[in-house]
Amino acid sequence: MTAASGKLIKGATGDWEIVIGMEVHAQVTSKSKLFSGASTAFGGEPNSHVSLVDAAMPGMLPVINEECVKQAVRTGLGLNAKINLRSVFDRKNYFYPDLPQGYQISQYKSPIVGEGEVTVELDGGKTATIGIERLHLEQDAGKSLHDQSPSLSYVDLNRSGVALMEIVSKPDIRDAEQAKAYVTKLRSILRYLGTCDGDMEKGNLRADVNVSVRKVGGPLGTRCEIKNMNSINFIGQAIEYEARRQVEILEDGGAIEQETRLFDPNKGETRSMRTKEEAHDYRYFPDPDLLPLEFSQAFVDELKAKLPELPDQKKARFIADLGLSPYDAGVLVAERESADFYEAVLAKLADAKRDGKVAANWVINELFGRLNKEGKDIASSPVSAAQLAAIIDLIGEGTISGKIAKDLFEIVWLEGGDPKRLVEERGMKQVTDVGAIERVVDGIIAANPDKVEQARAKPAAIQWFVGQVMKSTGGKADPKAVNALLKEKLGV
Amino acid sequence: MSVDADTVRRIAHLARIKVTASEVPHLQGELNAILSFVEQLSEVDVAGVEPMTSVMPMEMKKRVDVVNDGEIPDDIVKNAPATDNHFFLVPKVVE
Repeated sequence: MTAASGKLIKGATGDWEIVIGMEVHAQVTSKSKLFSGASTAFGGEPNSHVSLVDAAMPGMLPVINEECVKQAVRTGLGLNAKINLRSVFDRKNYFYPDLPQGYQISQYKSPIVGEGEVTVELDGGKTATIGIERLHLEQDAGKSLHDQSPSLSYVDLNRSGVALMEIVSKPDIRDAEQAKAYVTKLRSILRYLGTCDGDMEKGNLRADVNVSVRKVGGPLGTRCEIKNMNSINFIGQAIEYEARRQVEILEDGGAIEQETRLFDPNKGETRSMRTKEEAHDYRYFPDPDLLPLEFSQAFVDELKAKLPELPDQKKARFIADLGLSPYDAGVLVAERESADFYEAVLAKLADAKRDGKVAANWVINELFGRLNKEGKDIASSPVSAAQLAAIIDLIGEGTISGKIAKDLFEIVWLEGGDPKRLVEERGMKQVTDVGAIERVVDGIIAANPDKVEQARAKPAAIQWFVGQVMKSTGGKADPKAVNALLKEKLGV
Repeated sequence: MSVDADTVRRIAHLARIKVTASEVPHLQGELNAILSFVEQLSEVDVAGVEPMTSVMPMEMKKRVDVVNDGEIPDDIVKNAPATDNHFFLVPKVVE
């Protein structure tokens, strides 16, 4: 598989290509921890969600949480990846106060999930395929607070032992846009699967980004790793900055030092972590407390059969069944909540086949537009799926025009209520009675002989009449009937 | 396989164990004695033999996903030399 080409950096000595690989850490959605029965809930009192296993008290033994195994398998299936029926847990040894065991239980040589791939959407309707190298299960560490005291660090083990999936991409990513699209897509797949909530602010999804540059087609350069990114926009900014930094050094005749760097969002730059650069020596070895993790193909098949519809499949269905544009379908499926809302609207529509496309426009333009303007998310939308479906039904059956529908939407947004009843009570029904419209048309033609002359000379001037009719009917006249009548009466 | 003095100091550092210069030669001798003892295993030809993970042919025991442990912060920090509001306190570590 060859990587999609990306945006090049124009240097003094020629064009440079960026090569990016990512390690994404996703917190597994589960009630209890990977190897203990303590809660995974966020934000408990210090050291409350901690068992003696998580605190690494002597003699405590880990017992694996089967649901975490299932979640990893589901994720692997969602990434079109090879599921390994046998995998092994290893100890990754390092010393840090928030790691009471002195090692992290992880998977090194034999991960639970092998190679897969993800298709990501880029600007202009293009796509790129990013290879997945592997996915493995591991424990999270605790949390250290350094700002509570001048001489002490405070350690809370509530996160210690929570299950993480580390998802490692192949170095197939070629620029910041692709990197952002990759994390966005990965997050979307995880959230559809329900295997990780994708909450980046809480650190439940974070990425380490490996960046190197090379002359187009040349050998790979030395990479730097930007650690612990928890915002998709920052990932983009960090890559742009880091790639430029590396090109400048190389063009000045320097060499890139392999190192770990941090992104400073305030300054928009990456800087060296300046830890004593001792090569990592994790001294991995198989954890003697744990047998190999083994399950049958039937176990995998059962999980596969119950997998929810994923964004790519949903998008294809919206395009094929409802005639949505790939762009609109992409917008609707990007977030699980948006897709769920749109499908709830479809379910309530009198004729989803006929009005599905109109419904997509309304959800994307009117609803999302309004929600964005007010800084609300879809969960707190004042207009429910049922109410929006009722408005769209009223348009579909010709009871109101699209213009009146916008006024109706506004009323429902501000005051609530049943759209069908509102239309009755407030006299918003479209006037389809040709006789009534004809009387208005006749009146306007009689009162404006000069405009009639203009329209006969230049048929485009008919629009002025349409405007006048709409004005005097409060926008309720059926536009089709108005146009037909005017053309007939003016003889254009 | 044998370890030199530098390796002894490095292992001690990785484990955060303080080893004085005068202790290094003694530890080096002990480690090498252990390694040469274990080295006897390499006399056995294990080509094509899978590493044994258990004496009994058994599957790994698994837990169901329920919360049935934790919520014992007093016990968790009971042996700690220094605590504050159930936090462990340690000498400051800053990256």
